[in-house]
Amino acid sequence: MSRRAPLVVALIAFLLPLLWIEPRTYLTLTIAGLAMGMLIFLVAAGLTLIFGLMDVLNFAHGALFSWGAYAGFTAAVLLNGRWGWAAAPSVTANVALLAGALLAAALVAIALGIALERAIVRPVYGQHLFQILITLGATIVLEELIRIVWGPNDQVMPVPLTFQGSWDIADVVVLRFPVVAIVLGAAVYAGMMLALNRTRIGLIVRAGVENNEMVQVLGHNIYRYFTGVFAAGSALAGMGGLMWAFFSQSVRPAMGGEQLIFAFVVVIIGGLGSVTGSLVGALLVGLSYNYVAFLVPKAAIGVTMALMVLILLFRPTGLYGTPR
Amino acid sequence: MPESILEVEDVHTYIGQHHILQGVSLRIRPDAVTVLLGRNGAGKTTTMRTVMGVLHPQRGAVRFGGREIHRLRPFEIARLGIGYVPEGQGIFATLTVEENLRVATLAEGAETRERLRRIVELFPDLDRFRRSRAATLSGGQKQMLSIARAFINPTRLLLIDEPSKGLAPIIVEHLTEALRAMKQHATVVLVEQNFAMASQIADDFYLIDDGRTVHTGAMAALAAAAALKKKYLGI
Repeated sequence: MSRRAPLVVALIAFLLPLLWIEPRTYLTLTIAGLAMGMLIFLVAAGLTLIFGLMDVLNFAHGALFSWGAYAGFTAAVLLNGRWGWAAAPSVTANVALLAGALLAAALVAIALGIALERAIVRPVYGQHLFQILITLGATIVLEELIRIVWGPNDQVMPVPLTFQGSWDIADVVVLRFPVVAIVLGAAVYAGMMLALNRTRIGLIVRAGVENNEMVQVLGHNIYRYFTGVFAAGSALAGMGGLMWAFFSQSVRPAMGGEQLIFAFVVVIIGGLGSVTGSLVGALLVGLSYNYVAFLVPKAAIGVTMALMVLILLFRPTGLYGTPR
Repeated sequence: MPESILEVEDVHTYIGQHHILQGVSLRIRPDAVTVLLGRNGAGKTTTMRTVMGVLHPQRGAVRFGGREIHRLRPFEIARLGIGYVPEGQGIFATLTVEENLRVATLAEGAETRERLRRIVELFPDLDRFRRSRAATLSGGQKQMLSIARAFINPTRLLLIDEPSKGLAPIIVEHLTEALRAMKQHATVVLVEQNFAMASQIADDFYLIDDGRTVHTGAMAALAAAAALKKKYLGI
């Protein structure tokens, strides 16, 4: 199968529902699917690098997603309470609130991610069973901490005015926030590809994803790169959590765990360590979920798993994965 | 015995529960090519990986230039000037040839550029395929790339594990020439099953059997020792 084949598969999955769905509804669903895909991509991109480079099964990634969401939520509430940036009919104020909340989400997730890597992941490098147990344990602790700090109930996320509602373009309803999510996801993907393909650090990370032992015997301190990748992956999880909170207009302690399943499926579909694979996989999952949820609502979750099984049958290393 | 650049002293290494090296000792002369010989599973590759810090010995010591290195991590050992070409080459298949070489450079500068130029002289194919993905290279070209990569930084000692494995005879000839040229720039320790190739380039040999060094001496003497070759190498 050529490297273009995954894109052909994605294109077919993208166009096939037109046979059953009326075009205007199809466009609305497609935008929602792309947005959902991009949000999953933010979580999966970090996970795939951590998994691919460090061979670490980080189940605490979902907790970092939740912590990012709550940190951003707190920043948004504070900025809105102090200056009214969410409710203000000003694009500048609304964008400033989004940027401030994203920064808070990323910083808190980075701090937690580095602490987790140093304290609990580093001692269990190369031991998958211990990684699963210890990161699941960390997830429980981190989720309980959220309940202690912010309470156990769902809370309403203050969505900036500019990003509420929809545009009506030629009778097609285009929700505003999903467009923001698509733009942010595309920007993150472009930034990651630039960093991976045009910088020396990116080159060493790509080499490390393929064979981290060889990178070490060539004289590079791989542990420094591990920490950097863990921090970057955590920042993406935190930002993904916040964007999901804006998208669903709420935060809740267990929100990370729910999304982690999607993220793992996407990492497997895309191929371990491949950022492009994560993007294509996330868009496939996001689109198929939305189309199927419209046509056969009860089959929406099942289609994600079916997609994974189907792809692994034809390509056991995932769409863009390389054999190890 | 003259002063040695690398000393391995009664090293015992485990992989999981298995006691693989049970007393390996080496003294590698500077500016010589030393070959480690022995049957499959004798412990030659484990010896190389122990020297490189990928595996840590439970007993014994490894010294490089008089300094103990067996507690160091692989990147710290590499930075002392030890290059390593693992069995199976260890090239990064998804990177280009040029990227494979760039990953290996520890410092950008005039000296690195000069070494790169000399390496390209030694392995002209690498220059022709500079922009190709390493996965598309032939077995011989991959081996050349792997050796070039280990040699791109100032290297005092080069460890090469089974360079001729799986290569056509004509390629092995080219490789032998390249290794001879390399001998002028660094001390080389080689693991090699191809006795003909080893005897063309090696000055000294060590025979390893069941995780222990059992014989050592000049390669020329081993070529004439039929009983020893029969007993330990089956040739």
